[in-house]
Amino acid sequence: MNVTDTGKMSRRTFLDYLLGFGVVAWLAAVLYPIIDYFKVPPQTEPAPSSVIAGSVKDFKPNSGKVFRFGNEPAILVDTPNGKLEAFSAVCTHLQCTVQYRPDMQKIWCACHGGVYDLNGRNISGPPPRPLAEYKVAVKGDEIIVSKS
Amino acid sequence: MNKESKTMRWLNERYNLSLIEHIAQEKKVPQFRGSFWYYFGGVSLFLFIVQVVTGILLLMYYQPGAQTAYESVRFIVTKVEFGWLIRSIHSWSANLMILSVIIHMFSVYFTKAFRRPRELTWYSGFLLLALCLTFGFSGYLLPWNTLSYFATKVGTEIVAVVPVIGKPIMEILRNGSDVTTATLTRFYGLHVAVLPAIFTVVLGVHLLFIQVQGISEPESWKDLPESKKNHIPFFPNFVLRDVLLWLIVLNVLAILAVYFPWELGHKADPFAPAPMGIRPEWYFLFMFQSLKFFPAKIFSIDGEVLGISLFGVAGLLWFLVPFWDSKTPKGARNRIANYIGIGVVLYIIVLTAIGAR
Repeated sequence: MNVTDTGKMSRRTFLDYLLGFGVVAWLAAVLYPIIDYFKVPPQTEPAPSSVIAGSVKDFKPNSGKVFRFGNEPAILVDTPNGKLEAFSAVCTHLQCTVQYRPDMQKIWCACHGGVYDLNGRNISGPPPRPLAEYKVAVKGDEIIVSKS
Repeated sequence: MNKESKTMRWLNERYNLSLIEHIAQEKKVPQFRGSFWYYFGGVSLFLFIVQVVTGILLLMYYQPGAQTAYESVRFIVTKVEFGWLIRSIHSWSANLMILSVIIHMFSVYFTKAFRRPRELTWYSGFLLLALCLTFGFSGYLLPWNTLSYFATKVGTEIVAVVPVIGKPIMEILRNGSDVTTATLTRFYGLHVAVLPAIFTVVLGVHLLFIQVQGISEPESWKDLPESKKNHIPFFPNFVLRDVLLWLIVLNVLAILAVYFPWELGHKADPFAPAPMGIRPEWYFLFMFQSLKFFPAKIFSIDGEVLGISLFGVAGLLWFLVPFWDSKTPKGARNRIANYIGIGVVLYIIVLTAIGAR
């Protein structure tokens, strides 16, 4: 450090520090709002707790359909036994949208080949967790899917 | 006195062009068995220029948005005069540019041109490759088709795997928690404004380093006397050869664009399943394929987390090659680095071939 004979910091050193601090503070003042600007404000749209996935007559055993559940895709499967099951259609591996494969009688993800059984359990491939399970209720002709 | 020299004299009086003349005369390029690889830097630069020109042309019609992105690209390729050609060249050129940059990088790696004093040229080049890949990734989404939608979904989800900071960065990239048309707007801004600005600066710095330090000589020349070293002048010899290669590349581009026009595919539907046979662009294919092979859990760690972390570490080690290579005796051929390089090349080729099946 540049010090004077009396051991005090020189005026020049002090001004250098002041200038350095000023530059850092100026940079922070410029960058902070820019970085903050990129943060996405919370969306206020409420997520529905249940949706109508379709009509009973549109389904036959050993078939599946991806439908919209709020902002996310969900899948309704009419199993080979004729039972209706619904899950989140978002693959737990890397968020691709899964589909029902009648030939395999399994739920399958085309992106990385993940396979889930008809209870939504991850049984082969890279998915680390089962699919989120939804409740299915039939009211008249309508199939209503709700989050459990 | 002819007209050209009058112009030159007029300019010289005002701007002292002798400095540029001096640089052009002094600059020379080593001639040896591997000097062919030197041309890939220039080819990458040429393809970048093609990208800028065709990108600006596409901007004249492209409209980001849920109801306009796909439709405007369809309009470009079906209605606009030569729109199909411009779009096809832009897509092909993007792919060739990444290929050229990758070849350039490996040639620098194997000729050890990254060694002292050219460490910063390597680091800036690595940054340029990363920017190229980001260019490719962000541009891929813009036509808003099924393939690009799912590629973006998977690609941004990979970022979220990084502990603590991953998820906030993913949300910033996606402009929300999911890939929506808001993501499209963000990627558009990134692709046409942010990335070109950063890329131009880094490219300028990269070229400045090369200009200041001169073109790297092969390791085998270290102990040769100056008289045994064979050089050609950069201007006009190397430049003319480079321009000839640019012309060939332009012809290759035109042939590819005309005979293999880039497909537009189907419009993205966020509530449809991912289509069969989905895969990313070829330059991400080896990583994509590797992630397929990772099991769901490895020692209670999610397979994808481990896979992505390994790629992160490998990328960092590759970036830091001038650092760890320098730990070997100076002037040594460092066969370990060669074997690692060959291993990396083979790994990428094999996994890409498996992924492309």
